[in-house]
Amino acid sequence: MAKRIDVSGLSAYYGSTKAIEDISMTVEPRSVTAFIGPSGCGKSTFLRTLNRMHEVIPGARVEGKVMLDDENLYGSAVDPVAVRRTVGMVFQRPNPFPTMSIFDNVAAGLRLAGVKKKSVLEGVVEKSLKGANLWNEVKDRLNKPGAGLSGGQQQRLCIARAIAVEPQVLLMDEPCSALDPISTLAIEDLIGELKSQFTIVIVTHNMQQAARVSDRTAFFNLAGVGQPGKLVELDDTQRIFSNPSVQATEDYISGRFG
Amino acid sequence: MSAVTTADAPIVPQLRQNLTTARLPKWAPAGVAVLSVALGCAIGAGAGLASHIQWGLIAGLLFLAISYGLSAWVEGRRQAKDRFATSLVWVAFVIAVVPLISLTVYTVQQGAGVVDGNFLSHSMRNVIQSGPGGGIYHALIGTLEQVGLATAMAAPVGLMTAVYLVEYGRGRLAKVVTFFVDVMTGIPSIVAGLFVLSVWNILLGFAFSGFSGSLALAILMMPVVVRSTEEMLKLVPNELREASYALGVPKWKTILRIVLPTAIGGITTGVMLAVARIAGETAPVLMLVFGADAINTDPFNGPQQSLPLFIWQQYASVNNSFGYARAWGAALVLIAFVMGLNLIARGIARWRSPKAGH
Repeated sequence: MAKRIDVSGLSAYYGSTKAIEDISMTVEPRSVTAFIGPSGCGKSTFLRTLNRMHEVIPGARVEGKVMLDDENLYGSAVDPVAVRRTVGMVFQRPNPFPTMSIFDNVAAGLRLAGVKKKSVLEGVVEKSLKGANLWNEVKDRLNKPGAGLSGGQQQRLCIARAIAVEPQVLLMDEPCSALDPISTLAIEDLIGELKSQFTIVIVTHNMQQAARVSDRTAFFNLAGVGQPGKLVELDDTQRIFSNPSVQATEDYISGRFG
Repeated sequence: MSAVTTADAPIVPQLRQNLTTARLPKWAPAGVAVLSVALGCAIGAGAGLASHIQWGLIAGLLFLAISYGLSAWVEGRRQAKDRFATSLVWVAFVIAVVPLISLTVYTVQQGAGVVDGNFLSHSMRNVIQSGPGGGIYHALIGTLEQVGLATAMAAPVGLMTAVYLVEYGRGRLAKVVTFFVDVMTGIPSIVAGLFVLSVWNILLGFAFSGFSGSLALAILMMPVVVRSTEEMLKLVPNELREASYALGVPKWKTILRIVLPTAIGGITTGVMLAVARIAGETAPVLMLVFGADAINTDPFNGPQQSLPLFIWQQYASVNNSFGYARAWGAALVLIAFVMGLNLIARGIARWRSPKAGH
């Protein structure tokens, strides 16, 4: 189910502005990799290059290679739509489809891919909601609007929606930044459970969160305003937080930064 | 407060203000309104002004002046300005609403006696124009068919144009399309009629028919649909599109299944309002549909009738009390039709809008 991501020499642009420069890293399967770093250093941009969401923005483009096991996501014959089916994504703000019920939200990915059989959909919806730890809270109101749930529930609904299409990799862009501590805890527990099936990459501003949930941590930084973001170092989370090899990482983690 | 300032002598005296000031009572605006209307009537009657509009304008000006003066005297300048602005909005509101209400009330008064089953189900065929009787069935059919055909042409084109502009349009072509939509919005209806007359009827040689009328109506309707749909599509948050892409849904399917359903309430309202707008168009219909006294259910062959055209003909050509009565009846039906469409549009907008129910 889970795949390894191998990035080499990746740069991303918005029009003529270079947002990230020459990033190379390996993301291990069945593990959680956290991206930390100051605002504007390109963590989210880099995350979005991993499922070709970056190019959705007009004028945005990418150079370099992203290998998913042995396929280059930026190969000329690759269909970005197929990439996004393989590499799912959860966004910063919960964004359930407002016209759809809870059931329809989770089933959306499959339905829009052409799955019509009700028994199949029901099975997947139940499995995904259970996988997202939401089943017990919503099983009696599956046909109610998804937008009626609380923020934390909505975010778990979005996670259920993302895992319903059975991706290999799950990208999470600050999934807890709009949530209270209790909902955050629920999502963090969930991440711990999901990593047995998926390769998970999570962007976070919360360093405790990175330390709690991730196996490996990557620190991004930028040399100055207007400069592209770069990967400073990637290592086991324990090492990054106890004994990082680069001074900038230690400064950032210990709060001595700017 | 810095150390230099003492409680007795602030550097800037205006900064030291009491937290409570004298306030006018809650009923003050209403009282001022009643007073100014009374004064306005008294002045109008006293000066022998015949026009009641003048009475009303005097009352309006008095309302503004008294509100400001009273408030400035009791509450101070800043509150007075606030009251003045509020009063101005109210006066403007009344000025806008009074004609609307009087028009509706007058039309109902004049038309209600005329509209009955016979009026709605009979045409003017074999009815002596200068005599009583007859009805608007032919005009009703004409209007429904012409507006229906125009909508069938303009709504899909307008919708697709808006989707192109919001979802795909980049660069020159999009700018050019936007520019021409703007230009089309400003086309006077008679010019749209002339355009269809010269191209469809004279150049291509088709005869007058309901359809040539609906061509002109479609031209008038299209930019309205594009504009309103565009605004509605822009309101759909980008996050929803991205959520859909991230599930591996292609762009066209995202638009069809996520974006359009989210905006459908607003889009329907926009189309309905555009329909309401063209239902009252007279000029192009006069030029292209020609008018008829008999029922013609085929919009592609021969002249038809339509409600606005019928009203005009009854007023201008028949020109007697029976014609006037029929014109008022038709006007009432037309207003009811447009109002009905508006209500339906509002209903749909409310019913289809994304809800956050529990």
